This record gives sequence, C-alpha cells and structure tokens, in this order.
Amino acid sequence: MNPDLNEFFSQENSISRKSAETIVNNTLFKCDDGELFLESTVSESLVLDDGKIKNTSYDSSKGYGLRSVNNDITTYSHSNELTEESLKQSAKVILDASKNFSGKLSSGPQKTNKHLYADVNPIEAKNFSEKIDLLNKIDKYLRSKNSYVKQVSSSIFSEYQQIEIIRPDNQSYSDKRPLVRFNVSVMVEKNGRKETGSYGTGGRKILDEYITELNWKKVCDIALKQALVNLESVDAPAGEMKVVLGPGWPGILLHEAIGHGLEGDFNRKKTSAFSNLMGQKIADEQVTVVDDGTIENRRGSITIDDEGTPTNKTVLIEKGILKNYIQDRLNARLMNVQPTGNGRRESFEHIPMPRMTNTYMLSGKYHPEEIIKSVDNGIYAVAFGGGQVDITNGKFVFSCTEAYEIKNGKIGRPLKGATLIGNGPDVLTKVKMVGNDMELDAGVGTCGKNGQWVPVGVGQPTILIDSITVGGTKN
Amino acid sequence: MLKDSSFLNNLGEYCIDELKKIGTTNSEVVVGHSISEDMLQRNNKIEEVTRSEDISIGLTAYINQKKSSISTSNLTKDNIKKAIVRCYEMAKNTPEDQYCGLPQDQFLDKDSNNLDLFDDSIIPYENKKNYVSECEHEALVQEKIFNSNGVSFSEVKSNFLLKNSNGFSGGRKSSVFNISCDVLAKENDSMERDYEYSSKRFFKDLPEPKSIGKLAAKRAYSRLNPQKINSFTGPAVFEPRVSSSFLSHLLSSISGHNLARKVSFIKGDIGEILFQENINVIDDPLIKKGLGSKNFDSEGVSCKKLRLINAGKLNEILLDTYSGKMLRKKTNGRCGGATNCYFENGKVTKTDLIKDIKRGVYITELFGSGFNSVTGDFSKGGSGFLIENGEITYPISEITVAGNIKNMFKEMILANDLEFKSRTNSPTIKINNIIIGGK
Repeated sequence: MNPDLNEFFSQENSISRKSAETIVNNTLFKCDDGELFLESTVSESLVLDDGKIKNTSYDSSKGYGLRSVNNDITTYSHSNELTEESLKQSAKVILDASKNFSGKLSSGPQKTNKHLYADVNPIEAKNFSEKIDLLNKIDKYLRSKNSYVKQVSSSIFSEYQQIEIIRPDNQSYSDKRPLVRFNVSVMVEKNGRKETGSYGTGGRKILDEYITELNWKKVCDIALKQALVNLESVDAPAGEMKVVLGPGWPGILLHEAIGHGLEGDFNRKKTSAFSNLMGQKIADEQVTVVDDGTIENRRGSITIDDEGTPTNKTVLIEKGILKNYIQDRLNARLMNVQPTGNGRRESFEHIPMPRMTNTYMLSGKYHPEEIIKSVDNGIYAVAFGGGQVDITNGKFVFSCTEAYEIKNGKIGRPLKGATLIGNGPDVLTKVKMVGNDMELDAGVGTCGKNGQWVPVGVGQPTILIDSITVGGTKN
Repeated sequence: MLKDSSFLNNLGEYCIDELKKIGTTNSEVVVGHSISEDMLQRNNKIEEVTRSEDISIGLTAYINQKKSSISTSNLTKDNIKKAIVRCYEMAKNTPEDQYCGLPQDQFLDKDSNNLDLFDDSIIPYENKKNYVSECEHEALVQEKIFNSNGVSFSEVKSNFLLKNSNGFSGGRKSSVFNISCDVLAKENDSMERDYEYSSKRFFKDLPEPKSIGKLAAKRAYSRLNPQKINSFTGPAVFEPRVSSSFLSHLLSSISGHNLARKVSFIKGDIGEILFQENINVIDDPLIKKGLGSKNFDSEGVSCKKLRLINAGKLNEILLDTYSGKMLRKKTNGRCGGATNCYFENGKVTKTDLIKDIKRGVYITELFGSGFNSVTGDFSKGGSGFLIENGEITYPISEITVAGNIKNMFKEMILANDLEFKSRTNSPTIKINNIIIGGK
C-alpha cells in the first residue's frame, strides 16, 4: 500500500483538486501569505527487547492544514478528514479571523529540480521478516560477544512522508521524504554494577544502506564498548574546567548553545540572548558554523522546507562573526531578509517555524592529538545524550554519556556521565582550539521546539573549550 | 461537534468484526476523536489562532501469542480494510511472546464513578480572548517586564472508546483547558524569562487570569542579574515545580516493565526501603476532575487507588497485564502508567525547611536529560536562589545539581505545601548533601 497524495481527491472524500484550489484561492487572496499543506505519512517501528520482539507497529496518517498569515498574525486550521465540508469549515475559521485585513500576497518560493534523496518508501524496501530476523541476530550477537551483557534492546524505524503545498497562486510544491533509523542499546552488569551504552545510525536512504552485516555489527560494538567503559567509570568532578569535545555528535553543543538562539522567530521578537549581536564577534576566529539542509541523504536534510522553499547552506558564524539567522517565510518577511529554507513543521497538525537542519562547525587546523596534549587537567567527552537551552538567558546544558579525564595531556580513566552547563553567547569565545577532523553525527538526532519534533543533524571537529561547568559528583 | 459515542462504537465494532473474520484470535481497538482550539496573544495582540480536529483508530491483532498494532488517521473504508489486513499479516510474521494477551479481569462495572472530566459548556471566543488579554496585561504592567512570549490558551475536547474481542467496551469524554503566560524581564544586560500556567478540566475552575500573569512576571523579574556561585556540597530545597520531577523518576523506576527487565536502579522487592519512614506516595485515579483520572486503564482494567510508597517502603509497583505476567503478579490497572500521583504532605512549612540552612540553594528550575534510570545517577543544570542563614537571598544560575537519586530519595524531607497542578504533584522538598557545581 503505497499511499499517494492524490488519494486526497478521491470520490469517497468528495473533493476534487480543482475545488480545493478554489477554496484556497478564495480564502487566501487578501492575505500576506499562506497555503494548503497536504501530508500523508506512513511509519513502521519494530522493537526488540529482553530477548524477543516486543513491539511491531505501523502508523498511517493523512491530513491537511490551511494557514493564513497577515503581518505577524497566523491563523491555522487542520484536520485529518479532507472533505469539501471540512475544508470549507477551515476556510471559515481563517476568513473570520482576517475579516478586516487586506494584504499583498507574497510571491511563492523558487522551484528547484534538485532531489536530495530517492523517492522510495523504505518500509516496503525491506521485507518484514528480514527485519525481524535482523533484530534477533543483533540480540544473539551482543549476548554471545560478552558475558556481562544482561539486556539488549534494538529498534528499526522507517518512515515515508509525502507533502504537497498548494499556494493561492495555484503553484504547487511537493516532496517525498524517506527516513530510517536503527538503534541499539545494551546494558551490562559486573559485580552488581549496571551500566548502559547506546548507538544508532540512519538517514534518508533505505535500511539496507545502513544495516549491512559490517555496519550493524559496528553499531553494536560501539554501544557495547560504551557500556563496558562506563563499568569502569569514576565520579566526574564538579565545577569549571577545560573540556575537549570529540568530533561528530558532540556538535549538539552548537545546536543548543547557538543554533536555537539564531532562529529568526526569537530574534524578530527580541527574546533571544543573540538578538542584538548580528555582525558582532561572538567566537574565536577559528570558528565557522553553518546550517546546511542540502547534504544528500542526511537525516536533517530536506529538498524543500515545509513552506516550499528549497533548503540552503546558511553561514551562521564566519570566522567568529555572527552572520545570519535561520528563517522561515513569516520571520524573513518581517525582518526584511530572504527565507533560508528552514520553515519546518512536525506534521500537518503544526504551524511551520524556523528550525535547524544539519548544523555543524567546519574543520580548523589542529590535529586532535595536539588538542588533547595541550590540556593538563580536564575532561575529554565523546558521546552525549540530550541537551536543552533557555533562549532568553542563553544558558544551555547537554549530558555526557561517555567521557574520560585528561591528565598531563593524556587520556585517563573513564568518568561517570555528567551534565555540562554554559552560556550560549559566551561559550564560543572560549573555544581555543579547533581540530581538523570534522565529522557529522551518525544520523539519529531529533530536535524539539514548542512541542514540535523534527529530525536534525549536528557535527563538529574535536574542539577545546577553555572553561565550562561540569556537573559531576566529586567536589 | 465532538463525535458521539455511538459513532465511535459503530466504527470500533466494525473493526473488531473484521479482525475476527480475517482470522485473529483476539483483538482490541481504540477509536479517538478530539477537537481543539488554541490561541496565542503576544504583546496585546492575538498572534496565532488554531483549530484542529483529529480522529484516529488504533488496532491490535492477536494470533494466539503473536501480536501487532496499527494506528491510522486515514479513515476511508478502503484504508481501514487495508490496515486490518496489514495488522493481521504483521502479527502472523511476528514471533510468539508468551506474555502477550488481553487482560483476564476486566472492568465491566456499569455504574462506575462519574469522575467529572467533561465540561460540556460552550465557551464563547470572546470570553477566552478576555481571559487571555487580562492575564497578559497584568504580566506586562509589572516592573521590569519588557517583552512577552505570549499567553497561550487551549481548549481540548475529546472522546474515546476502547473495545476488545472479550467483550470489553468503555470510553470517556473529557476536556482540558490550559493557560500559560510566558514573559521576559530585563535589567541592565540581564534578560530572563519565566512562566506560570494552569490546567483544568473545567473552564470555570481556571484561576483568576490576573493571578497567573502576576506570578509569571514575578518569576521572571526575580531571576534578573543572577550570579554564578562556587561549587559546594550542601542542602538544596526544590520548589514543587521541580520537585515533582523526582516523582516522575520514581515512577519510571517502579514500572513493572523496567523492573521485569532489571533495568531499574531499584530492585523492586515489595518492602524495599527507598525513603525515610514518614514518606508516602499515592496514585489515585478516582479524584474528581483530576487531570490523570480514569476508571479503567488503556487495556480496560479497573483502576483503584494505590499506595506506591508506604512509610518509606516500596508497597506497589506499576503493572499492566504483560508486565504482571512477567513478574507472576496481577495487573493493578496501570497500563499507560500512573494516574494522579503525589507525595503526601510532610509536617513542616517551607519556611521551616529553609530556616536552619546556613548556606544552600533554592532550586526553581532543573533542565537537561541528566538522569540515568539504570544507575540512578543524576546530574542536571539548574537555577534558583542562594539560601544564606535561613533566608532566600539573590538569584543564581548556570549551576549543576548532582548526586545519586537513591541517596537523594533517602535524604528527602517534605514540606506541607502540596498542590494539585498537574498529574504528578509534590510539595517543596529539601535534600541535604547534594553536589552543586558552579565556578
């Protein structure tokens, strides 16, 4: 069952494309902006846990959202039942709200011929039973590999999202987005002490590209190594110290510390700690950070955003100077700049807003070993869990899940997981060395904002932060 | 209009019949419909208005001990048929699991308590608008408040029905009204935001809008010009907004699923000592108008009040049919988790908790995901106020709060200021000996 957006305009739904377009035109022609957003998404999730398949589930959702934008006012009505009657009711919600408004319709986004991923439904690209077998193999592999392994969970998630944007000028934009994710987490127990490790991979290609024999074993090995390292970990220190962040996923630092603060909506409303810093030096010269939604097949990439704008590579910080915000159409128009292709939404049930895609720091000149060597006393953090930020005061946290002490330029004992806390506008001024080993994360990141979750990517080379507060338990 | 129960019932019955015809041995269906209306006012202007309507079904097919689930919001006849076929095929190809199955003891009591969860009055748009407007206005006129993230108001009305092939059929209509006011304060170079909220089953039970605006503003400006303090080990007092997160960590640690898989830092033996003797934790599903209230859980099993922690000891764990079978216990109606859960009040006032602290912290915000439920290791970012010589003094931020939650539980002393604001509620809590990371 390969769903198709044209299914919306079936006889059973009693609405034709033509009459939907007419309603869109009649409702939005006096507005500044707006669109009818159609979405059909199917997803499948298979979970292995405790030595057996715990959950197999499939979800198919379909619906529309009709939006009008007048100045900075948004009216939105969505439903999963697209009929002439429901769309007319949505139109009424909008017309009621914009009764006295007469705006000038903004022109629609430029079209693109690019495709950043193949049009393929990854759920159907691999046989159900093969996926089940694979999960069972993973369980056996990890349990036989090490006798400390006491619990294994692993999951395979595949999704196929189709969207179409119909604008009041009858222009239509569409995108078909495959997405897969494969995760492993393992719990080990030794002498009564339990610890965990986890790893995952994914992106916008079919599962077979990520879970080859070689690759799934690598994912398992990384998760197991992390768990075994944690078995030997000692209490982390508390207080300010030097921290070296490894390449790849630790780029979540950029996402939390500066990425959110540079989203257009917060800056238009002047609620961000970065609101008045455009053009100013906020980081060491070695630091250049971009948000790039155009990398083929990456989890955070999209060909067009959820307003139809093609994604871009936007320079946020260039050699330490703050250069750009990331924008959706509404905030770009009100701030008098171009949209950057960052208008994203979780689904048809949500209003788009400026969101990151793949956010990363470019490589610098130092060899990672040089960076470690430069530290007398500090922490080397290589894997992280989640993070969070307060946009207004700039304070952000992120939690290590694998870290080591550094003593006299050498990596020492593993440390227990700890939260790192810093201040966005000032943390990048403390980045003193940037490595030459930029890596993107493995493709499992998800970012939440105002209750909306979207897939994202992060990346960075090895970096040294001169001073940041570590939330350990050793005083 | 919210779809009535007979509509949901017909759809549910159709699915159960079709699942039976195709060859499942057992099945379950949930049909849900909800309508919500949201608005956001920012700096005296309505900035967002949203209306949404959602209807969806969730199907679970059993073929003996094999199980699979499907949910869909695409409710054309053709698609429902396809979903049923797919659900059956997936179940057929899923390996057997001995613990799978519908519950044996179901809640079929027809005269169950009316929990008073549905406000059927129609609240005019203007009334909501006035409420929101009064709330934001009161916040914006307070000292040092210079900007607003807005006051959001939402009204959600929903109806759902759960049916299974053993003959269970039950549902409930419910409503929730949420108000949240989020404002920014500024002084010199310092900018801080904070919020206040309320969530009620009935519109008329929401507090005075002004009180919410005023409190949000006070929270925001009180945080201005925070200082960073030196690291130290000492007492921390957690206000109810953050102390309830300890309860959430307790709940995930005593869920039957986590205990059966031995991935919790708690062993899970009944009688295990977790807190001091004067601490009790209650989960009560039958509170009238409660945000987590229900007569039956998501499998249709009857819910009763449980004492999860009695005199500091583990007294009940959260069980559904599956985890019950794994642990050779009976389900206690907690499929889908706890209901309305709270720490019973302690004996002392909040002032008494603080008065003998020479140097400590009063924590009003914890953030980040730094809790490891397998080891109990806890490390989160925080902000709040310094306590010196029994008094709350100046705001502090960019600190960390860390320890092992097992020790934190044992050190907890509760104040007597419990309020029911959300599904999990706690009075102010003091924990001696916690590690504060700062400079």
